[in-house]
Amino acid sequence: MSVTPSDIEKVALLARLAIAETDLPDVTERFSRVLSLVNELNTIDTHGVIPMSNPHDMEQRLREDSVAHPSDREALMATAPAQQDGYFLVPKVID
Amino acid sequence: MSDESVFGMSVSALQTMLRERSVSSVELTQVFLKRIAAVNESLNAVVTVCADQALEQAQEADATISRGEHQSLTGIPILHKDIFCTQGVRTTCGSKMLEDFVPAYDATVVTKMKAEGAIMLGKCNMDEFAMGSSNETSYFGTVKNPWNLDCVPGGSSGGSAAAVSAGMAPLVTGTDTGGSIRQPASLCGLTGLKPTYGRVSRLGIIAFASSLDQAGPMAHTAEDCAIALSAMSGIDPGDSTSADIPVPDFHSALDTQIDGLRIGLPREFFNESLDDAVRERVMAALAELEKAGAVLVDIDLPHSHYAIATYYVIAPAEASANLARYDGVRFGYRCEAPTDLEDLYLRSRSEGFGEEVQRRILVGTYALSAGFYDAYFNKAQQVRRVITEDFHRAFEQVDVIAGPSAPGVAFPFGAKQVDPVAMYMEDIYTLAVNLAGLPGLSAPAGLIDGMPVGIQLIGKPFDEQTILNAAHRLQTETDFHMARPTLQGLAS
Repeated sequence: MSVTPSDIEKVALLARLAIAETDLPDVTERFSRVLSLVNELNTIDTHGVIPMSNPHDMEQRLREDSVAHPSDREALMATAPAQQDGYFLVPKVID
Repeated sequence: MSDESVFGMSVSALQTMLRERSVSSVELTQVFLKRIAAVNESLNAVVTVCADQALEQAQEADATISRGEHQSLTGIPILHKDIFCTQGVRTTCGSKMLEDFVPAYDATVVTKMKAEGAIMLGKCNMDEFAMGSSNETSYFGTVKNPWNLDCVPGGSSGGSAAAVSAGMAPLVTGTDTGGSIRQPASLCGLTGLKPTYGRVSRLGIIAFASSLDQAGPMAHTAEDCAIALSAMSGIDPGDSTSADIPVPDFHSALDTQIDGLRIGLPREFFNESLDDAVRERVMAALAELEKAGAVLVDIDLPHSHYAIATYYVIAPAEASANLARYDGVRFGYRCEAPTDLEDLYLRSRSEGFGEEVQRRILVGTYALSAGFYDAYFNKAQQVRRVITEDFHRAFEQVDVIAGPSAPGVAFPFGAKQVDPVAMYMEDIYTLAVNLAGLPGLSAPAGLIDGMPVGIQLIGKPFDEQTILNAAHRLQTETDFHMARPTLQGLAS
């Protein structure tokens, strides 16, 4: 299965990445190399194998449902590129 | 004490000197800061130096020692890979995206090592978001290999490896998602340990692939890695995947008695595609262990060749999800004058991330997208189980699995940059260990044409002790780990 530049443009939009028109052929070519590498997965029969998401098959550990770990709002907000009155600033969303 | 005599010293030797009061932590810290100032301009291994803070910590350490007290790392100067969040100290992850990011909290590893008395000298360069095997993807420039300045140090913990190798610190932290501790340790002549998945908390480590990422130590000796591993490890309420398993004192439990230790040699690692010179070095190291009483056993890991394909679906898929947080809004790089929200996202991300990171985000997004999820992500997770079960079966016959750490010695800059797949092959012997969540260690196995090469030892889950023991025995029998680069024409 090969990919076309227009496939890459679609995936890029999903990933919220802008690819310059001039870079598109190179990006597509290198993406295709990675894809042919991973296509080797099609050569193994995994019928009935349970997918593994944690290498020790660990169960999710739950904590007590109690108030803990107060976060320092100001310190965390201080890392934002633009903020005002305790809010993150973004370009206008609704006209 | 001459400055020169300190540069190549192990943590355990420095500990003895500190505790005997033949050197103070302030003196040691000054010596290593001087060393960084002298050689870092050429090597580019360190991106941030915290001189004042380090000297302050060293004074406290000296006060502790003078009271006759000490923790496991009291007074020992260290460097952290710049993937560990450090409160008040810029943490870049090798990316323009985080060029000015100053975290509001410490990673658990940083907190723990601080509590054990370690002195943080600064932060180490790395491949951008830990994606790379040569340190060439860093926004802050390539790191030079101290053994040959025309060659890469490996990656992604390349700055960390080069720093220890060049004597800028006796101990550093790294992270390993697919080989990022073991491969640079091999290329720079160090001992580096990737612990079992879950052994070390991931809280405050900038996430790449959450089911694979583990932090670990890099140093001159297995003994030093044992000291550091106990300091770094343990369950953390802030990381629900950290394991609720007791942490041994790996250092005091070090045992050089390896009589009868069964070491498995996977046929798939030692087949005809293995470089002859690497094979010769790895077999020489194994012969030493055999002489010490270990038994070498041929084993099979029949699906290990699927590790690369499996990894390059799972790691990018997890990365694409993790890196979705960089949106130009809450922290990190933001583009100039965005016209609307969509433009803000698109330009902040494509201007802030480098080429390799963008490629992996694209691959991961593709593998997770509707219509491809089953064929790629789900399939890769199934193959991950098949690969992991190979290891479990092998460990019914043997105690340790051995092989090369990397396919060759350090390569020249640019040699593998054009074809991403050529670079991915650097991790061909290490990836499966991350997929299976096992501990893996690289220890020096001698030189090939003056460049270091490592032997990899892989252990059972949570049995770091056995691979540390084997490496420690190797280092009592041989002096592979004593080799140091000359840094000709560079160091003062």
